[in-house]
Amino acid sequence: MSSTQEHDPRVIREQGGMAGFLADYRRRLAQGDVGQLPVVVGLIAICAIFQITSKGVFLGSFNLVNLTLQMAAVGTISVGVVLILLLGEIDLTAGIVSGLCAAVMAVVNVNMDMPAPVALLAGTLTGTAVGLFQGFWITRFGIPSFVVTLAGLIGWQGLLLYVLGPKGTINLPGHHPDHFVVTDLCGTFFQGALAYGLAALFLAYVALGPLLTYRKRKAAGLSVQPIAFVLIRTGIVGVLVLAAVFELDSDRGVNLSLVLFIALIIGMDYVLRRTRFGRMIYAIGGNAEAARRAGIPVQRVRTIVFVLASTLAAWGGMLSASRLQAVNQSAGQGSVLLNAIAAAVVGGTSLFGGRGSVWAALLGIIVIQSISNGMDLLSLQPSIKFMITGGVLLTAVTIDAVLRRGQRTSGR
Amino acid sequence: MSTAAQERTPLLELRGISKRFGAVQALTDVAFDVHPGEVVALVGDNGAGKSTLIKIISGIYPADEGTFLWEGRPVTIRTPNDSTALGIATVYQDLALCDNLDVVGNLFLGRETARPRGPLGVMDEVEMETRAVAVLRRLSVKIPNVRIPIASLSGGQRQSVAVARSVMGENKVVFLDEPTAALGVAQTKEVLALVKRLREEGHGVVIISHNMVDVFEVADRICVLRLGRRVGTYDAKKVGREQLVGLMTGALTGLAGDEDRPAQAEPAP
Repeated sequence: MSSTQEHDPRVIREQGGMAGFLADYRRRLAQGDVGQLPVVVGLIAICAIFQITSKGVFLGSFNLVNLTLQMAAVGTISVGVVLILLLGEIDLTAGIVSGLCAAVMAVVNVNMDMPAPVALLAGTLTGTAVGLFQGFWITRFGIPSFVVTLAGLIGWQGLLLYVLGPKGTINLPGHHPDHFVVTDLCGTFFQGALAYGLAALFLAYVALGPLLTYRKRKAAGLSVQPIAFVLIRTGIVGVLVLAAVFELDSDRGVNLSLVLFIALIIGMDYVLRRTRFGRMIYAIGGNAEAARRAGIPVQRVRTIVFVLASTLAAWGGMLSASRLQAVNQSAGQGSVLLNAIAAAVVGGTSLFGGRGSVWAALLGIIVIQSISNGMDLLSLQPSIKFMITGGVLLTAVTIDAVLRRGQRTSGR
Repeated sequence: MSTAAQERTPLLELRGISKRFGAVQALTDVAFDVHPGEVVALVGDNGAGKSTLIKIISGIYPADEGTFLWEGRPVTIRTPNDSTALGIATVYQDLALCDNLDVVGNLFLGRETARPRGPLGVMDEVEMETRAVAVLRRLSVKIPNVRIPIASLSGGQRQSVAVARSVMGENKVVFLDEPTAALGVAQTKEVLALVKRLREEGHGVVIISHNMVDVFEVADRICVLRLGRRVGTYDAKKVGREQLVGLMTGALTGLAGDEDRPAQAEPAP
């Protein structure tokens, strides 16, 4: 959209239509504004490598279903981490809180013999309470979130051990024909028409948003993306999604936890991009002082985001418990936190705040989980796996940093 | 311009403002006024009290003594909300823009058009963009694309966006703190043209500047502060640059034509 009456010769005039759009895209690539391109290229490379080294098992339908099961738990935690990173803060408790809330859920469900929905609610509220406590502490006393959540990392681990009691492991009940159990979250699969119906719903959402925007902007006389581009993009996503559903359907089908995870991403993406609350988060991450002067209740938004992140961590932890059918003393520890942060960062969320999206968490978790899953298929030693995961994270962040440096010099 | 403006009630009038910080008397008995459709320059050397005065008017510190009149009615300004509720906007030197948001996002920051109202309202991007483009066009602000992040704009464009944002609401008085301090020649010209356009639209504009060329270019009246006291207020057409510098540094203690002391208004031979 140009608001210039006389044209500034330094400003590259936008051409109309597809040709102009492609020219603009090429220019942005040359300036380092690459968007999700490196992640997508990286993902294709990772899939190719594992597909060859695992002799075709990696992209086989059985393994793809496993991959979706593994993704949902850490992916949900990672969505919360994205919110925190957008503010320019950090939450080191994302992993341990997921374990703690899963433990609370298991205690309520098994030891106290309450129905699964009550147990899930108890786990969720535990996450909310932890987030409220940490958010309050960070905003009320002005302590950096790094320090408060570092203390939390240790403290909540203690609480997790305390909650689990001397036995240290709680097994969750298996599938029951009459009532819903926690393990059904990961044990329920949609197949056939139901699976394709869900895929169609997803594609309708992906296509409808841009088309409605296109119509509204066109009617208001604003600049629009060429309709062909919108259609092509939807087409590519459509082919990929249908191919994935076809593969999943030929094994156990589309998992409930995956559906919940995607629904969470769609919902959270809508909140971030379209609501005033989302705009507040980006504004605080960009310039907290400017946000404060514009009348945004900075401390309240910060507290709410910490509450959201811990609640999402709780959901991730309970999904993980549902998949493993048990909660033990190591729940939410080890690589959970690092994978959640790595997924957000690999997807292009800046550690310095104000830049990133929830879709980045999806792309990031696919990359991180593919690597972890692929290495498991190759039965690599843990020692090798840790080193490779570290190397991949470093590479992703370096690619990002180098490309953004190119961006800075071209002023974008 | 200034004589016509004088006959009307000032938009904002301050009388007898004093402010003390510990052992420092930052302002003593300062009076100040700005009319609709007028640019007043607030000048003074470092430590003269310009920033303190601005911060009192924008409600960052309450004044120890003094009265405020808004369109002739007495009002109190003790918090930033009091000031913005009256219709006073301040553009500080650091601009307070979010580099990661685009021009539209910054223009509407904190007052996005959304339905339903409230923080969970869904923003109407089309409406906001249409209005943003209209405001920028009205003020002849040249921005290549209102959907690119603020970080990629030039200093003059950023300043223009910050100024445009200050008049997005119902604001009547705009304070600009050193608006041209970091700008090149062409960009300075752009921003000063913007200041003149705000005057044409009937805003009261107060510009704080060290740059005498800029002050004489846009100001109708010039208010001189020195060591926390008001030296005088002068018609910009009737005062010379050397005289102004003399008043600011204390080489001159007063000058013919001080509007507030008409008794002394006899030119020295």
